[in-house]
Amino acid sequence: MAVLRYRDALNQALREELTRDERVFLMGEDIGVFNGAYKVTAGLLEEFGEARVRDTPISENTIVGMGVGAAMTGTRPVVELMTINFSLLAMDQIVNHAAHIRYMFGGQVKVPLVVRMPQGAGHQLGPTHSHSFEALYLHVPGLLVAVPSTPADAKGLLKSAIRDDNPVIFIEHEYLYGQRGDVPDPDDGDHLVPFGKAAVRRDGSDVTIVGISRMALTATRAAEVLADEHTVSAEVIDPRTLRPLDLDTILASVRKTNRCVIVEEGWPHGGVGANLAALIQEQAFDDLDAPVGRVTGADVPMPYSKPLEQIAFPHEPQVVAAALATLRDV
Amino acid sequence: MSGGRKPRKAKARILGKVTRMATTPAARKRRSQSDPGPPPLPEPGAAREWLATMLLIRRFEERAGELYAKAKIGGFLHLAIGEEATIVGAARALRDSDYLISTYRSHGHAIARGTSPDKVMAELFGKEGGCSRGRGGSMHMFDLERRFMGGYGIVGGNLPIAAGFGLSADLLRTDDATLCMFGDGASNQGTFGETMNLAALWRLPIVFMVSNNQFGMGTALARHSAVTDLRRKGESFGVPGVRCDGMDVADTHRTIVDALQRARDERQPVLVEAVTYRFRGHSMADPEEYRTREQVAEWRRRDPIALFSARLEDAGVLDADGVAKLDAEAVARVDEAVAFADASPFPAPESLYDDVYALGDQVRGWYSVDERSPGVHRGEDERERDVDPRMQEEYDQHASGPHSGQEERPADAAQDADVGSGGRTHDGERGG
Repeated sequence: MAVLRYRDALNQALREELTRDERVFLMGEDIGVFNGAYKVTAGLLEEFGEARVRDTPISENTIVGMGVGAAMTGTRPVVELMTINFSLLAMDQIVNHAAHIRYMFGGQVKVPLVVRMPQGAGHQLGPTHSHSFEALYLHVPGLLVAVPSTPADAKGLLKSAIRDDNPVIFIEHEYLYGQRGDVPDPDDGDHLVPFGKAAVRRDGSDVTIVGISRMALTATRAAEVLADEHTVSAEVIDPRTLRPLDLDTILASVRKTNRCVIVEEGWPHGGVGANLAALIQEQAFDDLDAPVGRVTGADVPMPYSKPLEQIAFPHEPQVVAAALATLRDV
Repeated sequence: MSGGRKPRKAKARILGKVTRMATTPAARKRRSQSDPGPPPLPEPGAAREWLATMLLIRRFEERAGELYAKAKIGGFLHLAIGEEATIVGAARALRDSDYLISTYRSHGHAIARGTSPDKVMAELFGKEGGCSRGRGGSMHMFDLERRFMGGYGIVGGNLPIAAGFGLSADLLRTDDATLCMFGDGASNQGTFGETMNLAALWRLPIVFMVSNNQFGMGTALARHSAVTDLRRKGESFGVPGVRCDGMDVADTHRTIVDALQRARDERQPVLVEAVTYRFRGHSMADPEEYRTREQVAEWRRRDPIALFSARLEDAGVLDADGVAKLDAEAVARVDEAVAFADASPFPAPESLYDDVYALGDQVRGWYSVDERSPGVHRGEDERERDVDPRMQEEYDQHASGPHSGQEERPADAAQDADVGSGGRTHDGERGG
């Protein structure tokens, strides 16, 4: 084990996959000479050269579209977009093309494309650089969606994503880039985290808290508060990927605790939590002792002003309150 | 009578000018000091094959139009009648290993590339035997084996993808080139400029071919593009342009051959503007309010099949009987395609979720939400389960009823006056 920052774990994953498979290449805005807007690609241009680490013009839809075409014809592109808000410019290539090409052409071709990008609030980047859009991509059949919250998962999921034959929306988090965590040593073999396998971050028996992306960390801290101050034992689950979704692990936990709270940074309507709550009530209605609770980002564009921004996305106290609400009147 | 003339005047103003090729010998001379003269004919065998393919596409499209009127074909149907020379001239300039990518008007492109007309017709019918297994329909033909890399329903959506093929060729060090075809309407999309820039910047082996058929759907070129000299539209992005006569298969062929050579050997992407015209409406539901009958008639006088037939007859490659024989063969081939499509089954209901994902040895998670919910939602892992009986009923109804071809499509769904009139041809009548 080594302690790495999330961004360095991603860098290691890219380096290892570029070394392992020469069909893998990277392209994106300022990923080369500039070393990446968030330094995830630092040093890779020097190591792998301009053909495989490509600085692109600011043309998101076309960069992703070129990735689609390249993926269809024998290479394995990894496209970096500077922030998830910019991916909306590439929505046509992601949804109409990357996600649909295999199906609409009768299964003749694969699209092994990874689109990486950060999301999330907290850095006062305002209404065009701070949103959380995993729900938009979760909505689309044909895409895989990863939302790693730890350095080890960031590395292991990115390596799996690059090896997968499907288009993967790989959602990183601006806040998490600087966070440290244990990552298995490369000398101990390939560290791969499979898609569709949730992680239980903390065992518990009274309430299940599902945290998406950074909110897995918030949920874990809330669980500590619940234990310390309220003698409530919360089980924390990090789904790690939203498509495929490891619903079995979530349902098993709900069947044990009989209560569930879902925490996400995105908007409430049509969100990940809305979808997951529907799945849980369909599958485990008889096991529930309380309505499934949701803690979400505020239903507003992200404001710039620091105090406003801070109350526009979830923090521990809201999660604690939502968990306690499921235990009320039992 | 002025009451009757006013609207025509207004219409003429709105329609604006169209791009024309200089077609008379004198005009051709004026066109350029270095006019290369009439394009050379290919050797006789190839010439006959080009004509045969253009005829096959024409007859296929005409039949598709008829079958659409009979509700055998659903959705939208965009016919390329009038544009056959752009398709065949371009496709014959390619090597087998080159990539061809096109638009939502691409039945002919697949056929020209060698896809069986059976599979193209079956795709139109929504049948399992279709080239996209009935998942794509008219706008989404595809044939990986023949490197026909697809018809695309989003205008301009195929340009970045074409550049991706070029990028692969670059990375994998092959000398495969890509020919990316699109219409004049696509030249206004952001992807046009973005892709031109990237292709030139990275020196990708691509030929962009804009088939200027004078209209972006129903909006005339001069009303949708500030620059109507489309070959110049790539210049500011580093992509030089040339123009060819898209009604002349030999001129189109010669121009694309040259452009492909520059793309392949010099790594210089080129934009080719092929000036052409579609004789039918944009789709089958097109009352054609945006153009005059006179304009259509004028362009029909330069029918690419009639022009090439005449040239081959002049050159002694074929006589009128020879042309008629190729035409009869084309009609017979289309008959076979229709029979194949009719006989092909609809995709099985349990195949609904096939190929949403490429499944290898990944964890078998919940790829399609939510397989276990009650009702219709099912996914990859439960293919073996029976289809929901309520859905089976729905499926059966559509697999038999309206596709029998016995009933006519309601009039408002098929407004093209040509349709169902007994099979019009490039010069009026079918066959002979």
